[in-house]
Amino acid sequence: MHTVVRSQSREVVIGPDQPFCIIGERINPTGREAFGEALRAGDLSQVVIDVEEQVALGAHMLDVNMGVPLADEAKLLADAIQLIQEHTDLPICIDSSIVEALEAGLSVYEGKALVNSVTCERERLEQVLPMVKEHGAAIICLTNDETGIPETAAERVEICERLVDIVCGEYEIPIEDMVIDPLAMTVGADPQAVLITLETISSIREQFDLNMTLGGSNVSFGLPGRHALNAAFLAVASHAGLTSAIMDARRAEVVEGCRAADLLLGRDEWATNWIAAHREAQAAAS
Amino acid sequence: MDADQILQQLYDQTLAGNRPEVVDLTEQGLVDGIEPTTMLFEALIPALEEVGARFERGDFFVPEMLIAGRAMAGALEIVRPLLADTGSDTIGTFLMGTVKGDVHDIGKNLVDIMLEGAGFKVIDLGVQVAPETFVEAIQEHKPDVVGFSAFLTTTMPMFKVNIEALQKAGMRDDVIVLVGGAPVTQEYADVVGADGYAPDAAEATRRAKQLLEERRALTPA
Repeated sequence: MHTVVRSQSREVVIGPDQPFCIIGERINPTGREAFGEALRAGDLSQVVIDVEEQVALGAHMLDVNMGVPLADEAKLLADAIQLIQEHTDLPICIDSSIVEALEAGLSVYEGKALVNSVTCERERLEQVLPMVKEHGAAIICLTNDETGIPETAAERVEICERLVDIVCGEYEIPIEDMVIDPLAMTVGADPQAVLITLETISSIREQFDLNMTLGGSNVSFGLPGRHALNAAFLAVASHAGLTSAIMDARRAEVVEGCRAADLLLGRDEWATNWIAAHREAQAAAS
Repeated sequence: MDADQILQQLYDQTLAGNRPEVVDLTEQGLVDGIEPTTMLFEALIPALEEVGARFERGDFFVPEMLIAGRAMAGALEIVRPLLADTGSDTIGTFLMGTVKGDVHDIGKNLVDIMLEGAGFKVIDLGVQVAPETFVEAIQEHKPDVVGFSAFLTTTMPMFKVNIEALQKAGMRDDVIVLVGGAPVTQEYADVVGADGYAPDAAEATRRAKQLLEERRALTPA
């Protein structure tokens, strides 16, 4: 199955036979105090720097989150998206839990966006899905509901099934425009956390063949050596059937880990992308 | 082992997060006639304080803090019933929960550990805690401090909703309200009308103790 997203001039295809789709996570003020302050004052200059840093290493898409407390998130998100569109042709993943902000973002976005996200909570789905449909966007669906994050893969798969019924069945959004988030949690707080995520990914790949993405940096929260952990996780998750991640696209070892997994798993025939990236790096160094 | 060696081992093994060893040492200490309060104040609490300090410095990581907390909890299960008689079991009661709409709990659980380590009795209501659930739990447990945790900018507004629910129930002045979580700032805490904010678990414990002492100084028993 192929999920297609696009900007005005570039199309990105997410699918199990495609290169792993790297969605840069950086444009997000959570945990970045100075950035949050600047955004609140209406200063979006850091956004441009974040765009450039992520584009440099070859991100396929950029996630944009403007969740600043005590600020007009809808306006910030719309402004940021307009600004980003002037600086890159990478498609955008519009990230907010505020419905008005998603609407504002979608209305200024030129292309087919990926919306981040809904959970399997009725109220949210009723608010967000009509908007997604109207704009012809794709939507990330988290496998949790109002009762919290399921601790077993079976429960997450069951939620995925409910999501398919609602998103495709009730709202008639094409199934290929659904991207499932099987939920990645830190292995620092639960030694089984990643195994549960991997089991969820394999089951969803097997039963629904849907595309999947997740927060690729979550697994290493609270631990040292995060980039190595993230890279190893993304490689094994890729093998389990993960097709994309919202991740640190500014770190060479993580991005290269994904590209290496593509090659090792037969998604980069004759190492074309791997060798091209090597040549690019060589050219940049000389 | 003499008493000093047991206390030193208890401290070291708590710091290392070795729960079975900590449980054994605690039982051994009781057999050898070491006072429960001595074990608490001279080994367990200092060990947890050291855990907090190391975490704050970036020398300790989340799993190490969690297993140290579990080791401490193993000792407390044995020691707490004995402390109840001496009146030194707690310095106060802390009611904790992640706000409605939010399922994040790692940070909250770390704060629990540090609070217990500092001698608080902690009642954790878990995640997705509705305002009315906080109100009911305050009526039931009469805590000194209530902690609201939120990890998302979209769930932070629940702080205000919760505080208004406490006001409506006429209990706002009965408890100290602390707020925390990744996106929370001192400024935000002030705006929503919380009594305090802390950026991490060690600081949260200090703030809770400090605010509690200030309040007790104002209202002598």
